[in-house]
Amino acid sequence: MRKRRELSAVAGRTGQIKPNDILLFCTLRNEKRRLPYFLQYYRQQGVQHFLFVDNGSDDGSREFLEAQPDVSLWSTTASYKRSRFGVDWMNWLLRKYGQDHWCVVVDVDEFLVYPFCDTRPIAALTDWLDSSGVRSFGTMMLDMYPRGPVQAETYVEGQNPFDIAAWFDSGNYIISRNPEYRNLWIQGGPRARLFFPDRPQEAPALNKIPLIKWHRSYTFVNSTHMLLPRGLNLVYDDRGGEKASGVLLHAKFLDTFIDKSEEEIERKEHYGESREYKAYVRQMQNSPVLWNKWSEKYINWRQLEILGLMSKGNWA
Amino acid sequence: MSVGFIMLVHTALDRATAVARHWAGSGCPVVIHVDRNVARSDYDEFAQGLADLDNVRFCRRHRVEWGTWSMVAATQSAAEMALAEFPDIRHVYLASGACLPLRPVQELVAYLAARPRTDFIESVTTSDVPWTVGGLDRERFTMRFPFSWKRHRRLFDAYVKVQRRVKYRRKVPPGIVPHLGSQWWCLTRQTLSAILEDPDRATYDAYFRRVWIPDESYFQTLARLYSQDMQSRSLTLSKFDHQGKPHIFYDDHLQLLRRSDCFVARKIWPQAGRLYSAFLSNDPAVTKNAEPNPAKIDRLFTKAVERRTLGRAGLYMQSRFPIDGFENGRTAGQYSVFEGFSDLFENFETWLARSVGGRVHGHLFHPEQVQFAGDEQVYNGSLGNGAPLRDYNPRAFLTNLIWNTRGERQCFQFGPYDQQDISWFIACDPNAQISVITGAWAVRLFQSNRNFSTIRREAAALQKIEARHVDILRSQFTKARVRIWSMADFVQNPMEPLQIIIDEIAPRGQHRLTEAPVMADLRGFGQFLQNLKNQGMHPYLMGDFPVGEDPGTPPRERRRPYLVK
Repeated sequence: MRKRRELSAVAGRTGQIKPNDILLFCTLRNEKRRLPYFLQYYRQQGVQHFLFVDNGSDDGSREFLEAQPDVSLWSTTASYKRSRFGVDWMNWLLRKYGQDHWCVVVDVDEFLVYPFCDTRPIAALTDWLDSSGVRSFGTMMLDMYPRGPVQAETYVEGQNPFDIAAWFDSGNYIISRNPEYRNLWIQGGPRARLFFPDRPQEAPALNKIPLIKWHRSYTFVNSTHMLLPRGLNLVYDDRGGEKASGVLLHAKFLDTFIDKSEEEIERKEHYGESREYKAYVRQMQNSPVLWNKWSEKYINWRQLEILGLMSKGNWA
Repeated sequence: MSVGFIMLVHTALDRATAVARHWAGSGCPVVIHVDRNVARSDYDEFAQGLADLDNVRFCRRHRVEWGTWSMVAATQSAAEMALAEFPDIRHVYLASGACLPLRPVQELVAYLAARPRTDFIESVTTSDVPWTVGGLDRERFTMRFPFSWKRHRRLFDAYVKVQRRVKYRRKVPPGIVPHLGSQWWCLTRQTLSAILEDPDRATYDAYFRRVWIPDESYFQTLARLYSQDMQSRSLTLSKFDHQGKPHIFYDDHLQLLRRSDCFVARKIWPQAGRLYSAFLSNDPAVTKNAEPNPAKIDRLFTKAVERRTLGRAGLYMQSRFPIDGFENGRTAGQYSVFEGFSDLFENFETWLARSVGGRVHGHLFHPEQVQFAGDEQVYNGSLGNGAPLRDYNPRAFLTNLIWNTRGERQCFQFGPYDQQDISWFIACDPNAQISVITGAWAVRLFQSNRNFSTIRREAAALQKIEARHVDILRSQFTKARVRIWSMADFVQNPMEPLQIIIDEIAPRGQHRLTEAPVMADLRGFGQFLQNLKNQGMHPYLMGDFPVGEDPGTPPRERRRPYLVK
């Protein structure tokens, strides 16, 4: 709770929030280039209000967000790492504004894809989850990458990042169950394949629970990978059936990636001594192509559902 | 005018307004029951919005709770008002605020006018319905349910349990047989008024007041007493999932709903604007006079429930991670494991690929790297050939491979020099066909050019590993189709077992093997085994090879006569 003092309000528009609005919570640093498309995407899916924490941006992100009519913005220069990678800030904002709302909690490079997302807004999903008595919606993060070298094409502000990073790994994900928090632990994809081939246990976690009907007794434990109370982590069926689930398309591997990685190593503000970023930079210098001949090109959610990367469950 | 509507409304009042206006504007009287839980101001606004229509009435309001008598009470009030105030109506159609007419009203009117004495109400005896949820089918008529299922679930369940324990049974009033069915019906004035004016109504009401979900049984039971011509089906398309909650229709169901030819559908998502604007018209151009045919929609929802309850076999993902024994198929398809074959035969993989088609891999669990077919570095689904990643979770590796290659049979080699962690998994997988020639690993040692003491040590180690593996395959938990031969037996007559295996893999082929795989040169193998024995090791897995006699090595040119034509 002490973390709340680290946040200072820049643009407070939370008064606009209406009872059943869908809210989006996000922490960022220097993501000006990505913001316009990010906002456009989630507005189109039916997010009604955005709550951002700006962690010391100096590229104009802050000014841009401040000017948006449906954004509330907090700013902090405190340590990202010491706030447990933003989790403390998110938990505090969720506790204060998320109560009884369906909340999307994502990073600026994560794009939520759920069943029927091309024809139904998020509210259709959340209404259905409500009527089913479900409080959390599980996803897997799907790392997207371009056909050629990561830095070959320049991402332009406002552009759909998946016009460039259109490819993904379809069937190399490794799942185990975390007995303590009952969540699944998913690893794999291009990051495990290329950056951690000899140390798979260090490969980043891909399981995420980014959509929750918030209650003030809830809390994120570790990024959006797991939650308390533990029941919220049971987004999977363990009797053979499929629950409805989605995918977070992860637009990490754009030309912004290498600069970002070097910056993050410099800042030492990321998980595990920024081990992940060190591995990236090391690899990126040798073979910057993540694509292989079995890579799949993204079409739509139905493709992901057929490939078994997400499920409609009993939503039809 | 032949049909009047009763609408039970509790949320999405604006949509209910539109639908009521549609029906009333088409000349059908509408009586609306608004849940007392709706705020006074909202109710007033709603009533005001329909005030200009002279054939819309609002009946006495009840506080409605799902699964309780209040639903029936609300229906009764509305039905009484409809019959009394609109003497012309011949049929009364019960609908909810989330219902949407799919066909022009005049079609429904014509349909009912052609069947003036027919009641459309689903009504089935309890012993015949498989679809009640929660196991309460007969018991809902013989127990008491004073606690709310939605608000006090624990008390509800506990009370049911107690009643089961003490074998409590209520008496069903004489003369009626409990029937169940969809809550949404269309009854004739004769039947409906007979139910409402029944001299025994007080008895029936008192009884059904304590029945669980009476709105699915009150009219369904009593209509049986009076109906002259009952069609046991609902004119309202309404599907329920495995939890007993209605499926909801969205904009993208538009075409499906159009083709269903049903008169009314529920439940419609209140924000499905396209559905409302498309269907709330009496455009004669869409008139078809067809019988309702919801088969396509039925199939869609049945599939959805199957996906939720059974899932896709062999799939492991963020919302499906079955515990052991509940996989409903550990892997996505059948595959074959060959153990010892590539040691005993030269170029066995090439021969197998030619004989059965499918995909023939080398040793997928080789300790150094995955030997994919064609020495691929990356395989279907971007599966890499690195050993550490595979050994990190061998089970995920194999299930991924089988899932990624659905529709194409996978074959791979396995042996005691491979990573053994996968043994139990394949042994317990009914999709696995495992064929083992025990002891064949010795051929590789026999051919190697190494010091005998090294060979002896390695032979002992490999034999131990394979013995453990064979124990697993022979355990009572094994579900794979396992065939085990000792090497000595196999060498005696190799073609027959090969033919059996191949036939099982490609049953439609029905072709005889025209070409046998080339067996390794085993001259001196018996002596080799004897040497191991002389060094104090006991090689037993390969069976009995007499010293000096080499049964498995016929002259090469006599290969073909093996074939049984």
